[in-house]
Amino acid sequence: MSTESHGFNLKEWIFTTDHKRIGILYLIGSMAAFSIAGVMALMIRLEQSTLGPTLVHDVATGGSQYNVWLYFHGAAMILGFLIPGLTGFAANYFLPLMIGAKDVAFPRINAFSVWLFYAGIIMALLTFVIGDPPDVMWTGYPPYSLLTSGNTAFYVFTVHLLGFASILGAVNFLVTVIYMRAPGMGWNQLNMFVWSTVTAFVIQLVFVPVLASAVTMLLFDKYLGTHFFDPSQGGDVLLYQNLFWFYSHPAVYVILLPALGILFEVVATFSKNMVFNYKAAVYGGMWGIVLISGEVWIHHLYISGMPDWIRIGMMVSTLLISVPVGLLAISLFGTLYRGAITYTTAMKYATACLFLFLIGGLTGIPLAMTVMTVHLSETSFVHAHFHYIMGIFATFSVFAGVYYWFPKMTGKMPGEKMGNLGFWFNFIGVNITFFPLFIIGIEGMPRRYWNYEMFPQFEPFHKIATVGAFLVAIGMLLTILNWIISAISGEKSVANPWKSVSLEWTHCPNPPGPGNFPKDVVVSADWTPYNYGR
Amino acid sequence: MKGRMVALAMPGLLLPGVSWASESKKILDPVADWNHLWNEVLIDLFLMGGVFALLAIYWLIKYRATSPDQVGRGPTLSRAQAWSWAMVPAFIFMADDFFLAAKGWTVWNTYRKVPENALEIKVTGNMWYWTFEYPNGVTTTYAYDTKEGDGLVVPVGTPVVLRMTSNDVLHSFGLPDYRVKEDMMPGRITYIWFNPLVEKESWVTCVEFCGTLHSQMYSPVKAVAPAKYDAWLAQKKSTL
Repeated sequence: MSTESHGFNLKEWIFTTDHKRIGILYLIGSMAAFSIAGVMALMIRLEQSTLGPTLVHDVATGGSQYNVWLYFHGAAMILGFLIPGLTGFAANYFLPLMIGAKDVAFPRINAFSVWLFYAGIIMALLTFVIGDPPDVMWTGYPPYSLLTSGNTAFYVFTVHLLGFASILGAVNFLVTVIYMRAPGMGWNQLNMFVWSTVTAFVIQLVFVPVLASAVTMLLFDKYLGTHFFDPSQGGDVLLYQNLFWFYSHPAVYVILLPALGILFEVVATFSKNMVFNYKAAVYGGMWGIVLISGEVWIHHLYISGMPDWIRIGMMVSTLLISVPVGLLAISLFGTLYRGAITYTTAMKYATACLFLFLIGGLTGIPLAMTVMTVHLSETSFVHAHFHYIMGIFATFSVFAGVYYWFPKMTGKMPGEKMGNLGFWFNFIGVNITFFPLFIIGIEGMPRRYWNYEMFPQFEPFHKIATVGAFLVAIGMLLTILNWIISAISGEKSVANPWKSVSLEWTHCPNPPGPGNFPKDVVVSADWTPYNYGR
Repeated sequence: MKGRMVALAMPGLLLPGVSWASESKKILDPVADWNHLWNEVLIDLFLMGGVFALLAIYWLIKYRATSPDQVGRGPTLSRAQAWSWAMVPAFIFMADDFFLAAKGWTVWNTYRKVPENALEIKVTGNMWYWTFEYPNGVTTTYAYDTKEGDGLVVPVGTPVVLRMTSNDVLHSFGLPDYRVKEDMMPGRITYIWFNPLVEKESWVTCVEFCGTLHSQMYSPVKAVAPAKYDAWLAQKKSTL
């Protein structure tokens, strides 16, 4: 069970209940999902690089193949990488360390949830083995998901497994934060990352069961002959979309909040500064998002035929999301003010995130407006918007986190040279990939199209985007390779290389042993994780 | 135009598909309204984003550490300052939100109020083509593989309302050139309207994922001179 064990022991890893090892298992699993979903992204981009068929051979049936790539890319990125990467890996490894706890409240449940997560990833990967893979996108809208010859059950069970893992994680971490904080640690002394995880898990706990019930109804409709979504039998075709987005919009905050939490840690540490207006960010920003997150889902259904009154009502609630998000932005940007900034690879990713956050966040404003969305929805404008904010922003913050905590996890320093090179490939690549999609989105490029022969004017933009995607691929390879090389043969790290004052750096060795802290942690009333003194 | 919209926005707003009384002879042009609003929103975004971006760039350069041991000197906020830094921005954001919501609502009303003189065409979605049914019983369609069929033909100068449903799965009728789209689904009828003002040929694409041939589900939309439209429709009728 020891993290300072003598060599690698597979059995120890499989049966571990140590939150740090579980965190690493989440990291490995989610990076695997990320890599395969990334290959799917490259295939999608290659296919779109020409007007007609590129990789697809047969025009009449090739769409199915392309749709499977889209399905896997979306489902694996969101459910297999972003959510487990942030709330699985980062929360598992660092939340107990940040609050001075020896482990989580229920270590065995924690171990159970990581293996559920792996079962979910394996279920998702079966997509590539079975004869009739799911082709229902990550949204799985009926009636198509009920009529398709693709195996919707694999989609449903993947969601079940990952959702169950997530609910268990939510209970576990909420109990941990409530009951296991170090003596003396008040609510206003928590790390931003801890708060962001708490709020994200509150959202998970409330909303995941709704998603699970929605997909279960799909399963019943398709395989057991019920008619929840079949209007010819008295069902309601829109019910699924309502239930699905009632979870899946809050789910974007399950990704956004911990991503912001990591950025706060990185920005505060590398600016050696306190978080600007901490309370406004926590109580106004994070809890404000929790409060509003459940009342905005209709903005995903602006064109689905909902009654006009609710489309207008939720336009207002959706626009109001800008208030808590704006408070978080002021706090995050304000943390730079009068800081002492050093640019490590982690800080570079965090800096890039500030700008990705602006682009991704602000392009959400027209999409909040019902009438703007009537034209923009289901075009590549939407596709670019959520890739900026949910895809790239959140991914970059995971990367910032991995670079920041690399010495903590491995005892080695991450290679800066290769890290830096990977960063620039990634940052330039993502902008080359996604910015053109905004432009052709406004002109009407539809989403989920491999064939766009009616719009030949868009081809150059798609070509540019495809070049960008391959730059990103190079950047990602460099990054992952850099982690592996540094973990094996990196330079040994000193105890607190970034001179942070947060508990995970000041009170435990790199990497922490069993029980985390050599001595019990007690914090004083004037301690905060951002108190750099003057 | 705007004053009129706001004045009329209140009553009858929530009744979809109710026609405007013929309160003005001005040509309704939702596309122009949309484009105008889009430009206003863009200005709004650039102003807000610009403030954050420029400040960030300035600070990121200005506050670089000069020595490894340097620490930040960020301000400690008093209670009043902390509240102000929360409430003042919150009200600014909120004001902007309500401003945009009001603007969006105004154009939305144009989008949902079908003009009285609109030509009604029934559209049915199928995997993977549309059929268009005209008031005189003529139906048309379009096949992606043979490129045969007329698709949707409409006369310039008459607003067109589409009453839409689907025979199988969800589809969505996306008219990028007319800045409008709406889903079609089995068991319900949805509608959109648009106003073809000039002769041109554009496309409608299916924009709700509908399976294997989703990206082949498109048809031409031809806006033609009224005389040409009448002749075309009569010729179609005679071959029924």
